[in-house]
Amino acid sequence: MAGERRNKGMRLSKLYSFKCLKPFSKEDHHPQIGSKGYSRVVFCNDPDNPEALQLNYRGNYVSTTKYTAANFIPKSLFEQFRRVANIYFLVVAFVSFSPLAPYTAPSVLAPLLFVIGATMVKEGVEDLRRRRQDIEANNRRVLVFGKNGEFVETKWKNLRVGDVVKVHKDEYFPADLLLLSSSYEDGVCYVETMNLDGETNLKLKHALEITSVEEESIKNFRGVIKCEDPNEHLYSFVGTLHYQGQQYPLSPQQMLLRDSKLRNTDYIHGVVVFTGHDTKVMQNATDPPSKRSKIERKMDKIVYVLFSILIVIAFTGSVFFGIITRRDITDDGKLRRWYLRPDRTTVFYDPKRPSIFINQDQEMYHEETDRPARARTSNLNEELGQVDTILSDKTGTLTCNSMEFVKCSIAGTAYGRGMTEVEVALRKKKGMMTPQEEADDEIKANSTKSVKGFNFWDERIVNGEWINQPNAELIQKFFRVLAICHTAIPDVDSDTGEISYEAESPDEAAFVIASRELGFEFFARSQTNISLHEIDHMTGEKVDRVYELLHVLEFSSSRKRMSVIVRNPENRILLLSKGADSVMFERLAKHGRQFERETKEHIKRYAEAGLRTLVITYREVEEEEYRIWEEEFLNAKTLVTEDRDALIDAAADKIEKDLILLGSTAVEDKLQKGVPDCIEKLSQAGVKIWVLTGDKTETAINIGYACSLLREGMKKILITLDSPEIETLEKQGDKDAVAKASFQSIKKQLREGMSQTAAATTNDSANENEQMFGLVIDGKSLTFALDKKLEKEFLELASRCSSVICCRSSPKQKALVTRLVKSGTGRTTLAIGDGANDVGMLQEADIGVGISGAEGMQAVMASDFAIAQFRFLERLLLVHGHWCYRRIAMMICYFFYKNLAFGFTLFWYEAYASFSGKPAYNDWYMSCYNVFFTSLPVIALGVFDQDVSARLCLKYPLLYQEGVQNVLFSWERILGWMLNGIISSMIIFFLTINTRASQAFRKDGQVVDYSVLGVTMYSSVVWTVNCQMAISINYFTWIQHCFLWGSIGVWYLFLVIYGSLPPTFSTTAYQVFVETSAPSPICWLTLVLVTFSALLPYFAYRAFQIKFRPMYHDIIVEQRRTERFENGTTRATSAVSGELPMQVEFTLHHLKANLSRRDSWN
Amino acid sequence: MMEVEGSNTSMNRAPPQSSFLRSSRSKALYQFKQQKLPACKPVLTPTSVITVFMLMGFVFIPIGFVTLRASRDAIEIVDRYDVECVPEEYRTNKLSYITDSTISKNCTRYLKVQKHMKAPVFIYYQLDNYYQNHRRYVKSRSDQQLLHGREYSHTSACEPEESSNGLPIVPCGLIAWSMFNDTFTFARESTKLKVSRNNIAWKSDREHKFGKDVYPFNFQNGSLIGGAKLDPKVPLSDQEDFIVWMRAAALLSFRKLYGRIEEDLEPGNVVVVNLMNNYNTYSFSGQKKLILSTSSWLGGRNDFLGITYIVVGASSIIISIIFMLLHLKNPRPYGDNSWNKKSLSS
Repeated sequence: MAGERRNKGMRLSKLYSFKCLKPFSKEDHHPQIGSKGYSRVVFCNDPDNPEALQLNYRGNYVSTTKYTAANFIPKSLFEQFRRVANIYFLVVAFVSFSPLAPYTAPSVLAPLLFVIGATMVKEGVEDLRRRRQDIEANNRRVLVFGKNGEFVETKWKNLRVGDVVKVHKDEYFPADLLLLSSSYEDGVCYVETMNLDGETNLKLKHALEITSVEEESIKNFRGVIKCEDPNEHLYSFVGTLHYQGQQYPLSPQQMLLRDSKLRNTDYIHGVVVFTGHDTKVMQNATDPPSKRSKIERKMDKIVYVLFSILIVIAFTGSVFFGIITRRDITDDGKLRRWYLRPDRTTVFYDPKRPSIFINQDQEMYHEETDRPARARTSNLNEELGQVDTILSDKTGTLTCNSMEFVKCSIAGTAYGRGMTEVEVALRKKKGMMTPQEEADDEIKANSTKSVKGFNFWDERIVNGEWINQPNAELIQKFFRVLAICHTAIPDVDSDTGEISYEAESPDEAAFVIASRELGFEFFARSQTNISLHEIDHMTGEKVDRVYELLHVLEFSSSRKRMSVIVRNPENRILLLSKGADSVMFERLAKHGRQFERETKEHIKRYAEAGLRTLVITYREVEEEEYRIWEEEFLNAKTLVTEDRDALIDAAADKIEKDLILLGSTAVEDKLQKGVPDCIEKLSQAGVKIWVLTGDKTETAINIGYACSLLREGMKKILITLDSPEIETLEKQGDKDAVAKASFQSIKKQLREGMSQTAAATTNDSANENEQMFGLVIDGKSLTFALDKKLEKEFLELASRCSSVICCRSSPKQKALVTRLVKSGTGRTTLAIGDGANDVGMLQEADIGVGISGAEGMQAVMASDFAIAQFRFLERLLLVHGHWCYRRIAMMICYFFYKNLAFGFTLFWYEAYASFSGKPAYNDWYMSCYNVFFTSLPVIALGVFDQDVSARLCLKYPLLYQEGVQNVLFSWERILGWMLNGIISSMIIFFLTINTRASQAFRKDGQVVDYSVLGVTMYSSVVWTVNCQMAISINYFTWIQHCFLWGSIGVWYLFLVIYGSLPPTFSTTAYQVFVETSAPSPICWLTLVLVTFSALLPYFAYRAFQIKFRPMYHDIIVEQRRTERFENGTTRATSAVSGELPMQVEFTLHHLKANLSRRDSWN
Repeated sequence: MMEVEGSNTSMNRAPPQSSFLRSSRSKALYQFKQQKLPACKPVLTPTSVITVFMLMGFVFIPIGFVTLRASRDAIEIVDRYDVECVPEEYRTNKLSYITDSTISKNCTRYLKVQKHMKAPVFIYYQLDNYYQNHRRYVKSRSDQQLLHGREYSHTSACEPEESSNGLPIVPCGLIAWSMFNDTFTFARESTKLKVSRNNIAWKSDREHKFGKDVYPFNFQNGSLIGGAKLDPKVPLSDQEDFIVWMRAAALLSFRKLYGRIEEDLEPGNVVVVNLMNNYNTYSFSGQKKLILSTSSWLGGRNDFLGITYIVVGASSIIISIIFMLLHLKNPRPYGDNSWNKKSLSS
């Protein structure tokens, strides 16, 4: 098998001067091993060792389910009864079993059981799905070195600590492994850690030299690893390998983590170190929580209030009853009055909330991937309207996770005509872009063949045109540097001959691709050579050129540059170098600064456009100089002293000088479509946006600029631990000292930041242009900033800054930051991400939104909402969120209103019935109140109401603040509605009983009795609450009309039907409408009077409020009206400006659907 | 517009078009799903507010006057007799009077007619402070037994008047037991007035709630006699007094129809009422009244409805005037949202 063959001669480690060539000193072992927290002992290839058995580490079985078969019932019941309403119902149900209750037990118990049962089933199904995933993962196969001296296949779950496994290309690692050897001779391998940190670029892992041996010897490998206990830090590992009497220190370089994938390497051998839940990725996982929206939690409080009101009423009733009947037959006045039943319908319609509209919204539908938005947790819709802080992942969420070479500046000339997303957004904002231009752009973009990573278009360069440029020679050199100075590996497709590249970073891939597209095709790399197909600029012919690779001085975050030293076919030694402008310009030779000014200018412009720039330089090295340098460099490399790294750095420094400037590149970390616009809109809506990314600081800042999170003129506060003192401390290896120093440093930096912001706010308070701040913090600092002692300060500083970017953060940190924001500010947080590394964050946030476009479904599985692209967030929040919030807030307020209006009429009646517990209405009227006569309008409100149209929601993003500040569901508003309910009930009751005191109510002299009074009063209640709904909703479609007037109709229909049933069944309702009430004019007159009077207070309040203290949406509604009046004459313009007339839009849609269907058949 | 762009790209690529588009050909469904149904969105503009209030006022006030007029058309004579009908010597201890069966309960009342009362003049008795709506009282009846008689034996609801002497009571229950038993006869000068006591109960009650062959049995035979006795030879469906009584009142002060005087009463006429003051309201300090009343198209006399209509109408006019004044004095630019941003952010 090809895979089994070791790649002889490919010692990739030679490419990496810094990462791999570190010789291991025997003294350099970790002193903590064996102490607390570092007690793990792994017997390699010997899991049956009695000592190993004694340790009894956990197996590799993984379970991520919330419940087990045994605890499902109690645990999910417990979850259910976290809702106070459910407890309330339970209490009511218990009481209703006693003979004193006016209601029968089934009528209370049935809905409760139904709701609880339905929710439990839903939970169960979800958990089952998780279980299936677990089973799938647990039963995956892996090759394990068995007793018989062969590799045998076994299931993942059967792996034990100490097993030696063999993993093939593109397979996932079954556990955290220590890399022993790989198909490469020097034991390197590439892994993709997409699921851990969301990055798609490959990471290089490197085995210890001592273990990097042939498969045969691996079989006899017996060693003992002593290492740290399981923890969640992805980027750290401390351990020692005891092998053949020697100790070898281990680092994260040798660790292969579960859930990452082997790439580009045929196979590896590894020892299982952490299994199952001990693995780093599982340690990072958090339990899937049950989320409840703020409104739901507030509902709990309201239910408490209702409960207390109820108890007070019942108590008063009992006391009065006691007093009144003291002399009569003694009757124990017990709680038997349940006027205030929190609405059953709230519970009934709970699961059916209008998620469907989110799922069906055409404008959140991503056609390219055929992915509509999905609301996966139905009870969080209203929470979407209250989001205060968005915590966003970067890769795959804001960006497409692809780097594109878009521009370059060569020899002082800027090339590249493409427009970046940011530039488009900027120009749109300034109104500079005419539709014509936009169309042109579109055409250009489409005309070039689309190559991933390449978006460069300039007629002066492409298709070999560059040879006609005046600086053709420099252009050639420029692209040669791009084609040679990298660590990518070409991968030639044997069938098509197409070449793809595996690069350590996507920028690098973009460079190689760019140079390939422009005629410098890098096609082969061997240990010593790099081969290119090139176009000769003199003849224009294609030639193969082979460069001998002498040294690679790789990129590191401190060096910020990368160089290669090659010998070209002309036998000259060249140093090709690329790096950040901050370090490169100072290294230029005097004669190499020819284009410095122009290039700097271009770099500035590129940076403003959110592009990542690198400066490209080269120099020729004299043979002699090279020889001297090489000697020195190799010396430094083989050193084993502490300052080895510094010496190598210094050595490298020596040759990386006197460079000649060629130009600069600009690579776009491609933002997803519409991201800057969306972020702009969201920040207009007052939503704070934090970016939490696993990326490097520079990258993150760049993206910050690109998506207008950071802007020019914004003051950047950078919190980092990359200071020299701490680095030196780190080198000394004293962990405690490092921690202490870091802590102090962070504390100091936080304080400084605070004083800066404080100064700005005090000084500029009068100033219009308030100084804006952006906070950037890296992962290491975050560890300390999230410390209990500092988190308050951190949060405060962060909340003073208008944008926050956290770089290099682990999944756990993301979750912790989310938790901090959530609990620290008490505001609603929304987390959005696409990868497995965002799962913790998504689960921790109040709302988790998964991007379903990218690969991997873990994020979507853990999310509450799934959308295809970041830009849909705008519509999800500003339109659907706003609507849902409004609807739910209104709906709940209205629920209380209608139940109080109804319940209190009963109470007042009680006062007239000596508190004996006789309800004013027939039992059936009461049972049907919430189910038939008043529920449908509530649904109409809860599902369809919209205060302003979607267009206006987006046009006035500030409207969103109504939800964030919770103005529609504040206590004043709730209590106001409750008061309104009580006032209505008083008006209904007292007007009704006084108009029907005791006189005849018909021409034939009949008087009002119990049944007639009940029907009249009840009719008034039904009319009042339904009409109240009619005057409080803002949006009447035929559905609303149908539901509203239908409900009233249903009440009368009910009366007629129920009244015609035999009297033994219908009791007091028998013929009461047809024979008794309907022919009496006074009944109808009373009804009209009572309904209008009961609505009068609210209507008057609302009229005055809209006029004199309007809410934001009231004003927008008014504006819409005025606009419409103005547009009345110029109808055509209004169509262009946004909302097409319904008819046109529908027709258009229909047409498009037809068209595409036809296309798909062809 | 956004949508248009999005779909343009799809035309070239022709992805599997959204399944929901295909299934929802009908326009209404599409609009419904996109929440774009044609809708009327009422806005409370100052003009509409003032109009609504004014309109309400101008409709309600006339209705009020018409109603008031109708109420005034009904003539009513009210006579409380529970105190007057107790002889002077028992006034301090009315209970001993009413419970002593040896004392004659006869009593004569003279009612002077002030205005012309057109026949039929309805005769009511009114009981005050009488909790006919008390839960235990209301519950204490058996609708099944009233309809089916003794065959129906599940009468536990009737406690404590379910059975006496080991035999079931028909009709059982507290309501029946406590039936009103004062009787009235009416005369003008010396001629007896023609009083009709038929058709005083609801037709549906007579025909469907009380059995045609259910006869009173073992009724008022217990140690404690409550109210009226029923003729055991007359079926319940013909005992209209009883049927009227069984229809429980809603409030603690109620009237029940006793009969109709089928002659006009002229102003100055004196109606002589001979009554038997049997019913014991003294033990719970209830009051008894006799009422003669005509009815207008609206029924009996009660000014409350008309007055309330006028009051509500008037107050809505007042509100609209206040609103108008405030509007003129403090006009907020219509649709202006500049100042409100502050209020929102504060």
